[in-house]
Amino acid sequence: MDPKDLKYAPTHEWVSIDGDVATVGLSTFAVEQLTDLIMIDLSHATPGTTLSAGDSFGEVESVKSVNDLYSPLSGEVIEVNASVADDVNQIAQDPLGSGWILKLRPSNPDAELPKLLDYDAYQKKVAEDSH
Amino acid sequence: MSTVELLKTPLYDWHKAHRGRLVEFGGWAMPVQYSSIVEEHQAVRQRVGLFDISHMGRLSFNGPDALAWLQRVTTNDVARLAPGRIQYSLICDDEGGILDDVLVYHLTEGDAYGLVCNASNRLRVVEQFEQNRGSFNATMADSTLDTAMIAIQGPAALLTLQELFEGPPLAEQGYYSHTSGQVLGTRASASRTGYTGEDGFELIVHRDVVEAAWLELLECGLNRGIRPCGLGARDTLRFEAAMPLYGHELSESVNPFAAGLAPFVKLDKGDFVGRDALARLKDAPGAARIGLKLPGRKIARQGCGVLQQGTLIGTVTSGTFAPTLQQSLAMALVTPEAPPIGTELVVEIRGHREPAEVVELPFYRRPRS
Repeated sequence: MDPKDLKYAPTHEWVSIDGDVATVGLSTFAVEQLTDLIMIDLSHATPGTTLSAGDSFGEVESVKSVNDLYSPLSGEVIEVNASVADDVNQIAQDPLGSGWILKLRPSNPDAELPKLLDYDAYQKKVAEDSH
Repeated sequence: MSTVELLKTPLYDWHKAHRGRLVEFGGWAMPVQYSSIVEEHQAVRQRVGLFDISHMGRLSFNGPDALAWLQRVTTNDVARLAPGRIQYSLICDDEGGILDDVLVYHLTEGDAYGLVCNASNRLRVVEQFEQNRGSFNATMADSTLDTAMIAIQGPAALLTLQELFEGPPLAEQGYYSHTSGQVLGTRASASRTGYTGEDGFELIVHRDVVEAAWLELLECGLNRGIRPCGLGARDTLRFEAAMPLYGHELSESVNPFAAGLAPFVKLDKGDFVGRDALARLKDAPGAARIGLKLPGRKIARQGCGVLQQGTLIGTVTSGTFAPTLQQSLAMALVTPEAPPIGTELVVEIRGHREPAEVVELPFYRRPRS
């Protein structure tokens, strides 16, 4: 996955759109900041759950802190990556690929997608955050 | 970070240049990690790690009444401290609340003493000594900003440090003792103390030579797998060893008996600040520090409620997924007394109720030959 083709939420989730399916994951920057991932709890993001943009769909725990994961888009959860729930290290190893977290069927992508950051805007935000 | 200018250790530039992630800690800009907390943690458990602990407060006491002054302000019995030895001690207020936990050093020369306190409490410790100066004929000097301090911890700490330290053989140095010598031609003190549960030393040198000493130690430890380590690993290491941390297990609203620190309060040594209150608290401390084991990987962090049969009995003071033990563990302060080992409790983690079992402290004890 080319990070330049993704959209980003300011809360460090990425989205990739393929037809009417949106795949959501955690950005490389977020994974590097967290380091030492311990577990991811996705018990509330089962397929069929409807999320609004900005809703928390789970939490990721690292040695340092626990952080909510927020849905970048509104929609219905259609699939959860069971292998990252079993082994959170998949997210650390390949955050933009096999470490994806869930797939959504967006309900309002035309209005919501333009509000997300593109790669350059996200890089700018990350640079600001790391100061 | 606050707008108040943070203090910087003499190693600040080195930390920045080596990707140390700097955070505010006790008024200082300190590295929390360089690579990964777990990697740095394992380096200390298995090999050797280096910590900049220059933020710790360093005081010295001189004069005929130095001993009497320390006896008045600290809870342990300083009179039992032979020259060259070190003791863990507490500074309490009149109500028996803990103002800080400290190390008191009986220096090897004359009747002078040293004291190392927490960065965040340094000014308050100084103030407590000033307020209890009375007519003692002694002086107190604060050398925190003129000196620097490095902790070298882990199974290979001795071998690494003895390549650099010139003085009495460090191998013969007993636990909780210290000696004077030289590092890079400059006066240095080395104590066999630490905050990780491993063997190791804490080195005090002049601030002007600390960067050279740090680089030499990294060089000496290179083939032993040495790592610079930040406050993150320092916290997980001390947590596994169940060493209390001020602001977590210790505070003004906790007395030493509640914190499980009774051996460091010597009520029979004569009068000292907080003695009357502590004498009353000894048999009814009103709280106890316990260890908890959680079955899952969720972490019970500071502030999580602890329940017994639906009743709130206390609060988690520290918790993490222990890197060496590969287990979610927590320490908690519960009231009024510790439930027995094996008791099933519940911890409230961000709205979820998770089971937790009372286990013995410390969680980790290093294997000794």
